[in-house]
Amino acid sequence: MSKFSKKRGKADPEVSTASLPDIIFMLLFFFMVVTVLRDAELKVKVITPYASELTKLEEKSLVNYLYIGKPTKQHQATYGTKPRMQLGDKFAEVRDIPLFLEKHKVKVPEAKRPRITSSLRVDGEVTMGIVQDVKTSLRKNGQLRVNYSAKKVPTN
Amino acid sequence: MAKKSSRDRMKNEINAGSMADIAFLLLIFFLVTTTIAEDKGILVKLPPWSEEEPDITKLKERNVYSVLVNAQNQLLVREQPMRIEDLRENAQEFIANPMKRPDLSEKPTKAIISLKNDRGTNYETYLKVYNELKGAYNDLWNELCQRKFGIDYSEELPVAYRKAIKAEIPFVLSEAEPTNFGEE
Repeated sequence: MSKFSKKRGKADPEVSTASLPDIIFMLLFFFMVVTVLRDAELKVKVITPYASELTKLEEKSLVNYLYIGKPTKQHQATYGTKPRMQLGDKFAEVRDIPLFLEKHKVKVPEAKRPRITSSLRVDGEVTMGIVQDVKTSLRKNGQLRVNYSAKKVPTN
Repeated sequence: MAKKSSRDRMKNEINAGSMADIAFLLLIFFLVTTTIAEDKGILVKLPPWSEEEPDITKLKERNVYSVLVNAQNQLLVREQPMRIEDLRENAQEFIANPMKRPDLSEKPTKAIISLKNDRGTNYETYLKVYNELKGAYNDLWNELCQRKFGIDYSEELPVAYRKAIKAEIPFVLSEAEPTNFGEE
């Protein structure tokens, strides 16, 4: 018999799968670290406008979100089609903002509180009236760092 | 040969074959729930609340760049209608005033942009206008930063650099209370 075929016959043809769990765990840890659990289901339709002068929001734990837009189809029967604000997971009025801000604030360590940012996720079709009311309320409550959420203009 | 105890004969190993399956399960859970899309936007510092309206009539007219956006989403800049596309360049010229024209701002530190909108103004238009005004300042900062330090302006620059830039061209944007037109 030839030299080569002998060698081949002895070799184990199976690929070792012993390291497969390690690889999967690595991927798992990656996703666990980058993941941000979807905190609230959107009850209003929000399609943010495009802008070019954007700033990235750094620490997610320092951001509270205020959504403004028209209620989605399944909520229109109850809440109508006028633009509404959503705080957390439910519809809210402008007078609910102070409590909402306070609830978020107590979760943040004191040293980081000056860096709390309110992210206004507002639908592009909304008129400024409700946005203005929200802004005024934020100002009255001393929440001055505001981020108008927007998408980057696609470059081409 | 010594008799092996029953302990030795038992294989003291946990079967790790299902480990991959468990990890896969977790991995798929995180893959589904994950939202990598990060939040970006225009960062704005609102002025603290005060009862009295800021009075811009005391300022010299040449230093005020008034921008009005009405409920029909039309733009009125210093009493002249304007397209949003032209706003950035026009604002830059007003702030920097390279030709030292007597009707534009004396110097960048004195320039004030006054933005006013209706309650019926579209949010998209408002943000576009705000974006252009911020863009005008960003472009000026870039230019100055290139001249001074040879790099583009960005928020990652050392604080001292940013302070030097902002001292020469401060971002002053005053927003008046909107007028009650065209509310939905």
